[in-house]
Amino acid sequence: MDGIYRPGWVGRALGWGTALYLVLPLFIILPVSVTDQRFLSLPHEGISLRHYAALFAAPDWFASIAQSFWIACASTVLAVGTGTLFAIACWRLNRRSTELLRALMLLPLIVPSIVYAIGLYRYFGWWDLLDRFAGVVIAHGVTGIPYVVITVSTALASFDPRLEQAARGMGASLRQVLAWVILPRIMPGIVSGAIFAFIHSWDELVIVLFIASRDVFTLPRRIWDGINENQDPIMAAVAVLLIGFTTLLLVVDMALRRKRDT
Amino acid sequence: MRRGDMAARLRRDGGWWALLLPAFLLLSVFYITPILQVLAISFTEPEPGLGNYQRIATNLSVQRVIWTTLRICTITTALALMLGYGLAYAITLASEQARRWWLLCVLVPLWISVLVRAFAWVTLLRRQGLINQTLQGAGIIAEPLQLVWNEFGIIVGMVHYMVPYAVLPMLAAMREIEPRLLAAARGLGASRGQVFRQVFFPLSAPGLVAAGVLVFIFSLGFYITPAILGGGRTLMVAEWISLQILDLIRWGLGTMMATLLVVTILVTLAVFSRVVNMRRLFGGA
Repeated sequence: MDGIYRPGWVGRALGWGTALYLVLPLFIILPVSVTDQRFLSLPHEGISLRHYAALFAAPDWFASIAQSFWIACASTVLAVGTGTLFAIACWRLNRRSTELLRALMLLPLIVPSIVYAIGLYRYFGWWDLLDRFAGVVIAHGVTGIPYVVITVSTALASFDPRLEQAARGMGASLRQVLAWVILPRIMPGIVSGAIFAFIHSWDELVIVLFIASRDVFTLPRRIWDGINENQDPIMAAVAVLLIGFTTLLLVVDMALRRKRDT
Repeated sequence: MRRGDMAARLRRDGGWWALLLPAFLLLSVFYITPILQVLAISFTEPEPGLGNYQRIATNLSVQRVIWTTLRICTITTALALMLGYGLAYAITLASEQARRWWLLCVLVPLWISVLVRAFAWVTLLRRQGLINQTLQGAGIIAEPLQLVWNEFGIIVGMVHYMVPYAVLPMLAAMREIEPRLLAAARGLGASRGQVFRQVFFPLSAPGLVAAGVLVFIFSLGFYITPAILGGGRTLMVAEWISLQILDLIRWGLGTMMATLLVVTILVTLAVFSRVVNMRRLFGGA
């Protein structure tokens, strides 16, 4: 709408105000994380990186970061593998029944995670998956599928189905069509889906609160305990690193999208 | 002939159906089943029947948590829609260059950990927090204000979480409005207010409704932000359910509320699916 019609002062003020409300509270953590004090506050006499040093020296924080990272990687593989094939099959078959299946696949976005978490709490008890790495990977993988289905379906929407038919007509097998024709063309959508599935698992807390207790203690779980129990500025250092990490992933995603669109 | 057709079709499509299977099995075994089990428990424990559901009419604690949740969600939705509308309006009318920055303001908070955001608000709002210290240091207030661990804190944090979800569907609707229409209305002598009220707002209304539905259903089952910023004093449905299951071991009551929550959300979606294109809401972002 390049400048054909400009917003008035009310619209502009509301827009700016809202943007500041969204972004400013996140920036406030940065000065707090470099405080020279022992409690959460702004720096008094000078800035100090002691809380970052403390974070990297603390074995329990480090163990949680590593655990969260591996869980997120494994559940991303699970979600991307199954979700991509699912989205491609729905797109190719394109029936009323597959439309319904696709809607069903989006359920984890709609049903609150507390409901799923209490369900799993009892269900995993039978499968002996409580407090297990595999249990958390399965739970995060299943709830990550919708993100992959959405991004891959969006990528497929601009893919000409005749390319697939032509390849099949010339004798390519299903596997060859997938590997050489479809997957390369929708790779940006798959990577987007992987990024979102990764962030989903990396940040997920509600399910973990119910199905993990001691052996599996992810980063969000440790932050949760930290918020509720102490006012250690290490928390601010963790928060800054998390914000940086998420922003980095988003910038990668935006760059990929721009590449795809041009 | 027909049978031959079917066999050929199956041979052609069978492979594709097989590709559906892994995700479908995973979802059925590890998602749908545990959730159906939650629904079932609400009718079977502590004894079979509708006993848990009768508590809605008789139990004061149940009624209070439902009422609190609906009140907070309604206020949150209204505020998130108002702020989000302003932001979406500014983004829609911005130049291509500026729009990228505006969008980043929406997308970065959307994807930053909900815990980190709640933590930021606690740092700002608590008794010795930055806002109270600043205000006291400036001599504006003598006593620290009670900004968190109450409904006010919950709403501040929830609106902050929900504004991006409100912006995205509204933005999708607003982007389809032809900007030359607005310029034309202005050129024909309408005031800014008239252009907004009579042209822009009616055209953006479907997006507003979609955003409202989305924010409301997301707010209903929200757990982390209300739990941290409410400090256990103001209970919303999700935290109440967790309390029933983990601390009081009352599975019947907890699963009853969970069922009620899911049914409310699905009914809301069904009612509005005529007005709102759900596929676009979840599939086209």
